[in-house]
Amino acid sequence: MSAVTEAPRLIDITPGGAEARRRDRRRKLVRGGIVAACLAYLAVVLIGPLVGIVVSALKPGFRTLTDTLTSQDVRHAFFLTFQITAVTLLVTTTLGAVTAWVLVRHRFRGRRLMNALVDLPLAMSPVTVGIACVLLFGRGGWFMPWFSARGIQVIFALPSMILVTIFICMPFVVRSIAPVLEELGTEEEDVARTLGASTVQTLFRVILPNIRWGLFYGIALTTARAIGEIGAVLIVSGNLKGKTETATIYVLTAFEERMDTQGYIVALTLAAISIVALGVIEVMKRRKVREVSR
Amino acid sequence: MRTNVAIRVENLTKRFGGFVAVDDVTFDAAEGKITALLGPSGSGKSTVLRMIAGLETPTSGRIWMEDEETTFKSVQERRVGFVFQHYALFRHMTVEQNVSFGLAVRKESKAEQTKRVDELLKLVQLAPFKDRYPDQLSGGQRQRVALARALAPRPRVLLLDEPFGALDARVRQDLRHWLDDLHRELGVTSLLVTHDQDEALELAHEVVVMHEGAIEQMGTPTQIYNEPETAFVAGFVGSANVLHGHVADGHVQFGEHRIAGADHLEEGVAARAFVRPHDVRLSTPESNGSSVEARIERVSTLGWLSRVVLRLDDGQVLIAELSNDELDGLDLGSTVRVDLRRAKAFTLPEDVLELPELAGAPAE
Amino acid sequence: MASAAQTVQRRRVLRAPTATRLRHWGLRGVAVTYLGAMIVVPVAAIVSEGFSDGLTAFRSAMSSPGAWEAIRLTLVTSALAAIINAIFGTMLAYVLVRYRFRGRGVLSAIVDLPFAIPTLVTGVMLVAIYGPNTPIGKALGSAGIQVIFAQLGILLALCVVTLPFVVRTVQPVLLELDTAEEEAAQVLGASAWRTFRSVVMPAIRPAIAAGALLAFARGLGEFGSVVFVSGNITGKTLTAPVFIFQLANQFKPDEAAAVATMLFAISFVLVLFTNRLVRTERKEEADAA
Repeated sequence: MSAVTEAPRLIDITPGGAEARRRDRRRKLVRGGIVAACLAYLAVVLIGPLVGIVVSALKPGFRTLTDTLTSQDVRHAFFLTFQITAVTLLVTTTLGAVTAWVLVRHRFRGRRLMNALVDLPLAMSPVTVGIACVLLFGRGGWFMPWFSARGIQVIFALPSMILVTIFICMPFVVRSIAPVLEELGTEEEDVARTLGASTVQTLFRVILPNIRWGLFYGIALTTARAIGEIGAVLIVSGNLKGKTETATIYVLTAFEERMDTQGYIVALTLAAISIVALGVIEVMKRRKVREVSR
Repeated sequence: MRTNVAIRVENLTKRFGGFVAVDDVTFDAAEGKITALLGPSGSGKSTVLRMIAGLETPTSGRIWMEDEETTFKSVQERRVGFVFQHYALFRHMTVEQNVSFGLAVRKESKAEQTKRVDELLKLVQLAPFKDRYPDQLSGGQRQRVALARALAPRPRVLLLDEPFGALDARVRQDLRHWLDDLHRELGVTSLLVTHDQDEALELAHEVVVMHEGAIEQMGTPTQIYNEPETAFVAGFVGSANVLHGHVADGHVQFGEHRIAGADHLEEGVAARAFVRPHDVRLSTPESNGSSVEARIERVSTLGWLSRVVLRLDDGQVLIAELSNDELDGLDLGSTVRVDLRRAKAFTLPEDVLELPELAGAPAE
Repeated sequence: MASAAQTVQRRRVLRAPTATRLRHWGLRGVAVTYLGAMIVVPVAAIVSEGFSDGLTAFRSAMSSPGAWEAIRLTLVTSALAAIINAIFGTMLAYVLVRYRFRGRGVLSAIVDLPFAIPTLVTGVMLVAIYGPNTPIGKALGSAGIQVIFAQLGILLALCVVTLPFVVRTVQPVLLELDTAEEEAAQVLGASAWRTFRSVVMPAIRPAIAAGALLAFARGLGEFGSVVFVSGNITGKTLTAPVFIFQLANQFKPDEAAAVATMLFAISFVLVLFTNRLVRTERKEEADAA
């Protein structure tokens, strides 16, 4: 590392050389300034708001906290969020893994198109997703007749909320597995096959262990995104209290009905869950970086 | 201060935490000459170079360049040219922009820059590549651009950090000769760091051999090769046979044999004798003194000479380089008498394990 | 005997490729169906609904009060947020890669937070600290600065939500940089700033651009935080996504679809372009190595 960018240790600073020390001081000042600016920005944008929500949620006291979290509305809301997230995880993980596999290991015309399609949800506003769902399953929608004939309620019910969440979360697992698969190469699989392993054996003994961290990373990202979804879910839910009110919708409604404290508490809880998921992501990311650079 | 000393380094030490990379190094580099810092990896030679350039700050010690102390000067002020092992060309700039960088920074006029760039590109024979980008050049070409870039601002000294280390053997050879010619033409004081002893011996006027942060020996290439002062230098520079024995009556005694050359060593101590393979010659009736008896174990013919593996009766191995004529009539397994000329004897350092060293391998 | 063995061999030789090929087509079929159903169909629905009557729906939507202001507001705030985060994001990436200090891991985690926190909660957080009833909010209010229910709040929300983009695109590039080039520049006499400008910047410029474009695209569609923070005042703090939402709530799905398509088209083109930019940069680096 060069002398300019490496922080010089005390040992390295030779006695004498006032000019050098002055240069050093200036360097440290510039460095300190940059760090200070960054910290100030983060304080305004993130740290301050985090403190704000923690204070607002905990100020009324521990009793209020527990009362809120155990209230029926809140429990139902979280349960609904949990159901949506669970199904989303199931679908996006399995189908996402297959998609990643096809994208990386297969060569076919239209692969680039498929690649672009995977990124598409990232470019879409959740509002747009919600509207698309209404268009497909709502009154006059393309698929409405088929489902209503069978007595299945999609719009304003759980199924549509699951569908939009799947759409929105689709890219995460694909994009987190694909690079790992790519880096992995086919060598290990080929070796396994020459040693007599069947496809299933190769899958479970060779492929899955190797893409483990990428997979977990994708799952963590999906979870965080799914529990935090509001825009699309709001549109398709019709907001029937107790029936289609997710945790995020609960927060929105709480503030609308001037139940600020409850809103803050549930919001903080959602943030807390997400941050734990983030912690897992950080650890995973570090392992994934080490793995990809192997 | 003598004015024909271009670089002087005094008691230079560099510590990284507890690790001593450079230990109290003192030497001069004469003006207009090429001085080589030769040593294995980890010997501290690159660190010394970087301290002279200002890229590292010494823990203690002082540096002078042409009578001016530069120990505390910033990198930018030192006006040295530096050539890196991996070229370090600015990949987003053309060859021309690379070479003119040092001039542009010093705010030279555009006209002056162009003139100097053309001059240098002609010197390094890369004029047609002026508008190319580094990734369009071969390794050898890139290093020549790096040299042009370093020389453009007319530096006082030229520092080269293993400049040919990243190149193929053939290109390395070519560039070595080319640098020799270039230096003859320009006469810039140069300090060359290398682990390749052929390079150092061929190019340098003065060689400083370094090992584990300290200087083992300084001298001309001939002195370093023929008169090694330490066991390390004897083993590192040029190939050498190592025979283990102990000192007896000014000789190194092993088994029944003794080699002269241990007058300077204490009686009875364990010692090693270094003999170059081409200094192992078949005894003639006139030869006297250091001759030993050995059995021919293996012969490898390499063109006009052969490498002969000889086994002494105490089990030690000698490698000799003999011409094919000399080997006429000698078979595998036959016993011969060989003279060991110009043997250099050294004691064993206490902390070094006595390993049976195979001749020919430099202690890298 | 021989013929039976031959037959078995032949069968085995025949089966293997067919089985593999079937598996290939099976997997590919699954992926295609997944993407087709999940992605293509919804997009088709939106586009067709929005433009089934030509530009009627679009024109009708845009004649609503505050429509054009909403589009402009969205474009401007997203662009500003992208620029702000380009600057601070680059600084943060530099600090995270080049400086050594205790708590560097914590800083890295903080930078990643916006990816985890639900957008609605981001809005709630901002209200919690800058709302009109908070000490900071009141202090700013008396100085004439309104954050919540004002355009500044929208900008702030977008800054939070798009914070990690530039950091994450610039960081890997900085990590890969060989400091030898910077050392070479210094030895040739370049000051620290000159070195940064001539050696580091050209290398990270594409990454900064990619990150900023992604941030911009993300900002265009942001709903959760903005709907909470802005007050959704038509013509003043109403953004395009919220406007679209309102259209949908007013049972004007065709108009909503039309505007949504336009917004989405911009974002999608940006994301595609940025991806290609990032991929070619990486390919060039690999080729040069």
